[in-house]
Amino acid sequence: MRINLKLFATFRVGRFSAEAREYPPGTPVAAVIRDLRIPEEQIGMIMLNNRHSEPDQQLHEGDNLALFPLVGGG
Amino acid sequence: MDKIIRVNMTDLSTKVETVPSAWAGLGGRALTSTIVAAEVPPTCHALGPNNKLVFAPGLLTGTPAANSGRLSAGAKSPLTGTIKESNAGGTAAQMLARLGIKALIIEGLPKGEAWYRLHVSTDGVTIQEETELVGRGNFAVVEAVEARLGKKTGILTIGPAGEMKMTAANISVKDPDSKIRSHGRGGLGAVMGSKKIKFISIDDKGAPGVKIADPEKFKTAARTFAKALLDHPVSGEGLPTYGTNVLVNILNEAGGLPTRNFTHGQFAAHEKICGETMHDTIVARGGKPKHGCHAGCIIQCSQVYPDKEGKYVTSGFEYETIWGLGADCCVDNLDDIALADNIMDDIGIDSIETAVMFGVAMEAGILPFGDGKGIIRLLKEEIGKGTPLGRILGGGAGSVGKAFGVTRVPVVKNQGIPAYDPRSVKGIGITYATSTMGADHTSGYTIATNILNVGGYVDPLKKDGQVELSRNLQIATAAVDSTGMCIFIAFPALDIPECLPALIDMINARFGIALTGDDVIELGKYILKTERQFNIEAGFTKADDRLPEFFNVEPVPPHNVVWDFSGEEIDEFWNF
Repeated sequence: MRINLKLFATFRVGRFSAEAREYPPGTPVAAVIRDLRIPEEQIGMIMLNNRHSEPDQQLHEGDNLALFPLVGGG
Repeated sequence: MDKIIRVNMTDLSTKVETVPSAWAGLGGRALTSTIVAAEVPPTCHALGPNNKLVFAPGLLTGTPAANSGRLSAGAKSPLTGTIKESNAGGTAAQMLARLGIKALIIEGLPKGEAWYRLHVSTDGVTIQEETELVGRGNFAVVEAVEARLGKKTGILTIGPAGEMKMTAANISVKDPDSKIRSHGRGGLGAVMGSKKIKFISIDDKGAPGVKIADPEKFKTAARTFAKALLDHPVSGEGLPTYGTNVLVNILNEAGGLPTRNFTHGQFAAHEKICGETMHDTIVARGGKPKHGCHAGCIIQCSQVYPDKEGKYVTSGFEYETIWGLGADCCVDNLDDIALADNIMDDIGIDSIETAVMFGVAMEAGILPFGDGKGIIRLLKEEIGKGTPLGRILGGGAGSVGKAFGVTRVPVVKNQGIPAYDPRSVKGIGITYATSTMGADHTSGYTIATNILNVGGYVDPLKKDGQVELSRNLQIATAAVDSTGMCIFIAFPALDIPECLPALIDMINARFGIALTGDDVIELGKYILKTERQFNIEAGFTKADDRLPEFFNVEPVPPHNVVWDFSGEEIDEFWNF
């Protein structure tokens, strides 16, 4: 299945901003994070189709997955 | 010995008073709001003789505590008609604290057309007539005052917007690089303008400094506190790298980035204005990606943004400004937004109110959406010069909405709603509705927990838990605003258990007292209730604690949600 990945802030360094990648059906978010070699403790926010999500969430064809380190502002 | 200084602009006299015992434990917002509530008739005209403008450094300002250099300014707001506290960085707060000035209270109005300047030093305050700098922008004021009095002089100044008593006018504070920070919200620049004060200069030579009752205890607590700030990924890494503007992409992804005057929740050109792009642009042009607004800031969320030739354009380039002129006005050119930010600093007008206003002005057809050059022109040629149109624009979002018959006007208590859509981030809607300040994200920043996973997580799209979240944050924020601390210490304070006790230990060591966490919460509650009582006596009711109607009836994409809190549900906020 095809997943649209978006990375933000420091996660972009040495990786990419946006990319579509193929994964086997049922792949969880955590597996994508491992595939990107992002240590899980660095994950601040996972957004799946514009909603907050969790590492164990299974992905589906065409999902938009956005990963953020812990950042903030105001 | 700490003192209160009063400046009476009616008879041009000054007075030094001892600190009343009831005010001894107060600083920053707690003190400005206490003084305004005690001494300003709530029904007075904010630009008339009975309003008072109060400046107060925080309880820890002037000590070596990290990030403690914020100055509170308070008065009745000419924009909202409510009580107002607006705090800013810069060098003035620490200088006033070192001079032992707990509060500077400016009262009355002068007769006649003359303008004045105040000078604060160990000798007290002097009032002198000012002619040369009247009508000049804030950057020119800073340059001229430094040339007159020396590079180290602290400066509080108003630009043409404040002189013309525009209700979006701010008070500018010189920062450590002789640039500008702002008491932005609520039109306090107009209050200073009504009192005919162009600027206040501060010289702290020979000042006694801040005495610490228990230096050893203070040092230990200050070390723990600073470590918490540096250890937390938001204050230690995220904010210094990308500034607050990292939020453009986050809010865009969450569908809560108000776009095209609050008609969409995502901006197609977000990558052009986001924090990541801003960081890379600053680095490529040889600017400074990190920068502090006051000495002792270890978070460094500010930055210096240069143009293509590497020349200074602006600093303290905030998410709310970039969101407002960017997404909300659909301007996708960061250089145009940076230049507009510079002009707003110079003419002395709030960059949040003005950005929200331009979204309404575009809807009104005054200029097209996306017209960054048009924004620059209107700032310079209309607002800066005080033309009839400029005065309507300088009155903020509500003023333009009224003048042009626009119904989609994002304000609460006539203050522009900032950078987070309350339909898709519901906690912040409770803050906008209930804040004693009018719509103000900083007064209870639920974005931390609704969006950023700081201090836990409360689903931004559900109603559950939002009132309680906003209440707890508003109480804590009122207390933090009284310490002189930057509000960004809240990120580590929400997540790192040692942080808040260390902050309280510093206050205790500074004054030789024994406050507990409960005392600090009680202080926060006292502040909110004092401010609310002022607003009630000024004529505000719970009907004013509501969001504009369009939020109830216009679903915002991509989540297609409306604001669905009932009045009764919002009013639960005040049950404490």
